[in-house]
Amino acid sequence: MTLDIAQMIVVTILAAATPLMIAALGELVVERSGVLNLGVEGMMVLGAAAGFAVAVETGSTLIGAMAGAGTGLALSALFGILTVGLAANQVASGLAMTILGLGLSGLVGAGYVGLKREPAPHLYIPGLTDLPGIGRLVFGQDGFVYAGLALVAGVSWFLWRTRAGLILRAIGDDHTATHALGLKVRKVRFLAVLFGGACAGLAGAYLSLAYTPFWAPAMTAGRGWIALALVVFASWRPLRVLAGAMLFGGATVLQLHAQAAGLGLPGQALSALPYLATILALVLLSLGRRQGGSLAPAALGRVFTPHR
Amino acid sequence: MEAKAPVPGRDGPVPLFAAYGIVKRFGSFTANDGIDLEIRAGEIHALLGENGAGKSTLMKILYGLLEPTEGVVTHRGDVVRLANPEAARALGIGMVFQHFSLCENLTVAENIALVMPRSLGPKALKQKIAGVGAAYGLKLDPDRPVWSLSAGERQRIEIIRCLLQEPRLIILDEPTSVLTPSEADGLFVVLERLRDEGRALLYISHRLDEVRRLCSRATILRGGKVVGACDPRQESARSLAAMMVGAQIGEVKPASKKALGRERLVIDHLALPAPGLHGTALRDVSLTVSGGEIVAIAGIAGNGQAELFDALSGEALAPKPGMIRIDGTAAGRLGINARRRLRAGFVPEERNGHAAAPSLSLSDNAVLSRHATGGLSRLGILRVAAAKALAQAVIGAFDVRKAGPDPAAGTLSGGNLQKFLVGREILAEPGVLVVNQPTWGVDALAAAHIRQALIDLAARGAAILVISQDLDEVFEIAGRIAVLNHGALSWAMPACETSREAVGLLMGGEAAAEEPPLRQARTGTLAHAR
Repeated sequence: MTLDIAQMIVVTILAAATPLMIAALGELVVERSGVLNLGVEGMMVLGAAAGFAVAVETGSTLIGAMAGAGTGLALSALFGILTVGLAANQVASGLAMTILGLGLSGLVGAGYVGLKREPAPHLYIPGLTDLPGIGRLVFGQDGFVYAGLALVAGVSWFLWRTRAGLILRAIGDDHTATHALGLKVRKVRFLAVLFGGACAGLAGAYLSLAYTPFWAPAMTAGRGWIALALVVFASWRPLRVLAGAMLFGGATVLQLHAQAAGLGLPGQALSALPYLATILALVLLSLGRRQGGSLAPAALGRVFTPHR
Repeated sequence: MEAKAPVPGRDGPVPLFAAYGIVKRFGSFTANDGIDLEIRAGEIHALLGENGAGKSTLMKILYGLLEPTEGVVTHRGDVVRLANPEAARALGIGMVFQHFSLCENLTVAENIALVMPRSLGPKALKQKIAGVGAAYGLKLDPDRPVWSLSAGERQRIEIIRCLLQEPRLIILDEPTSVLTPSEADGLFVVLERLRDEGRALLYISHRLDEVRRLCSRATILRGGKVVGACDPRQESARSLAAMMVGAQIGEVKPASKKALGRERLVIDHLALPAPGLHGTALRDVSLTVSGGEIVAIAGIAGNGQAELFDALSGEALAPKPGMIRIDGTAAGRLGINARRRLRAGFVPEERNGHAAAPSLSLSDNAVLSRHATGGLSRLGILRVAAAKALAQAVIGAFDVRKAGPDPAAGTLSGGNLQKFLVGREILAEPGVLVVNQPTWGVDALAAAHIRQALIDLAARGAAILVISQDLDEVFEIAGRIAVLNHGALSWAMPACETSREAVGLLMGGEAAAEEPPLRQARTGTLAHAR
């Protein structure tokens, strides 16, 4: 019995952690290539609106999810053209993408406010899913959760086990040196930005299709920013992104339960708990820095213009 | 197979690689203007020239990083198009960069893997690295991250990376500029061996003694044109320099021997923790500079020079006020302006962005370091006319060549901007002047001008501390020489009692300076000598 309660808690934490995990993994790849994309929140919220709208129109969660990822990718393509192609300031362009995404999402989702859909279907394998203690956790999630976990493994493998991943990390470390070696700095960065945008859009679609299956304006509620912080918190390592997302998800679930249990604290203070936990984690992490080298990709946020 | 391929006759009619009629324009500026260059297998060919002569541009064209506006590159007589470095590497052209093209946070093996064929697995790569390392005596641990390696070790990565691609032409851009003399000697052995294997080497340098030792042919560039070709072994360093500059370089006149004045700059057991991840901690640094002398601090970049300069200029504060004394005043906790008011002047290493703001005009840049002491403002309002007059005075006194009456600092050439920046401080007649790398990347004429100005300033009674990694410069101007290694400073040896070799060993940390006990006792009592 207690095992089932423990399982339920882990399942809810994982659900709260999934959108952060997916968005943060995308941003991790972008930042590893040396680009700082502050537009994650905008790409996420646009993905949520477009994903929900398309899912309502087509009746398919899968097509909705793909539409969410696609719109995130489209917005990031604009960001990529500005920052990688035209060497515009990354911070300003990223902030502009967030504002643009929030505005566009209101427009796209205007006709869908208040509509309800069935949440994304969960996996059900007779026998296995009914296993006590771990059945729901391992065999009863929706597709987004499995996709998120697969992304953790995939991004990890890509960055440290493939040549393309090595080139991406090298470009994020020193774009002048890698350019001198004849590597395609701008192409790699642009592709990384597209990947990050698609991940942000997918994370947004998860919110409106699975986590809370409806569309409400600005429903991401700052999760894009948390995802950005998570990348730093995770010191640009995918497995630590998973841990950080679980920690943040845990804090979210904890504050919901604390509110339900009627602690004497005001609800707003409890709602701030996950954010405070993130700040605390960031501070603790930066205290325990390693000696020499740098944790962050050395070229992060610096624009690159080759002359030819 | 390339290494074992029969060497074509050294006087054969068809050069291994050649460039004919190379023209490269950047907007209205012509960096290369009709350059012809032939490189034969089995020779070390020197490419000589001042900064801005067009050496780097030509080299980038040969490595496929730049495309020439006009002209062709040939390989064994056939015209080839080098669209990118990959194409150049495929033809057997390898390059060892001056500012290493290495990613600091990647390991040695990862940096090498970046340019190796896709099919090569990590294990096979490590074996190859070990193989080349053993063959040429270039030892490297493939799993070390680059940030933890010295400049010499970093260059080994570049050379191994280049050799693994079986190059027939190796381009080396100023390969010894960051090496200690003994590291450079090790490099020369490798280069001679590569030549004997029948490879061609293009050796770009402005160190003429090295060129005369290594190279059998030299092409000399000036202003983007070939101005001469010679056998450097038949020339003297002076005649080569004259060809490079197009004029005789005046010798720097040493100061006449005079008794030293009082102690003006005292560094007293200064210790500072490392400022950042890549920084160097200063360890118990002590030094005294008296009026009328130039003391040089030699050392390889990254051994605490920047940190020491920051501590002296006030950009970083010392733990205790008495650790730095300017004319007897404890200045360790004073800010930059307060130190300037004690008649100290500072010229940092980085011209653009540290010593000068590149997008501001020269007169604005004059204000940057003189606003507290030069009477350039009244009640916080700039006196523009005074600033312009000061800038003009510096320009006149130091022969600063520029376009327009008051151009942006970033538009000046390195040498001219450096003359302006040194002049800006010298015209204030400082009692103490600290200069970091006074002639780094500066052409020979400007360098001679700056060195002479420093000597003259010392002769007028100022105490001058020069931080430099250029040993020629150190021995040319300094009365005493100390060596900074890993944040620790040796005692200051009289220049006439030491040698380049001894200083070089200290720079590499291969020897410890034995301070005579007698001298140790004396340094503390110099103050009473006045």
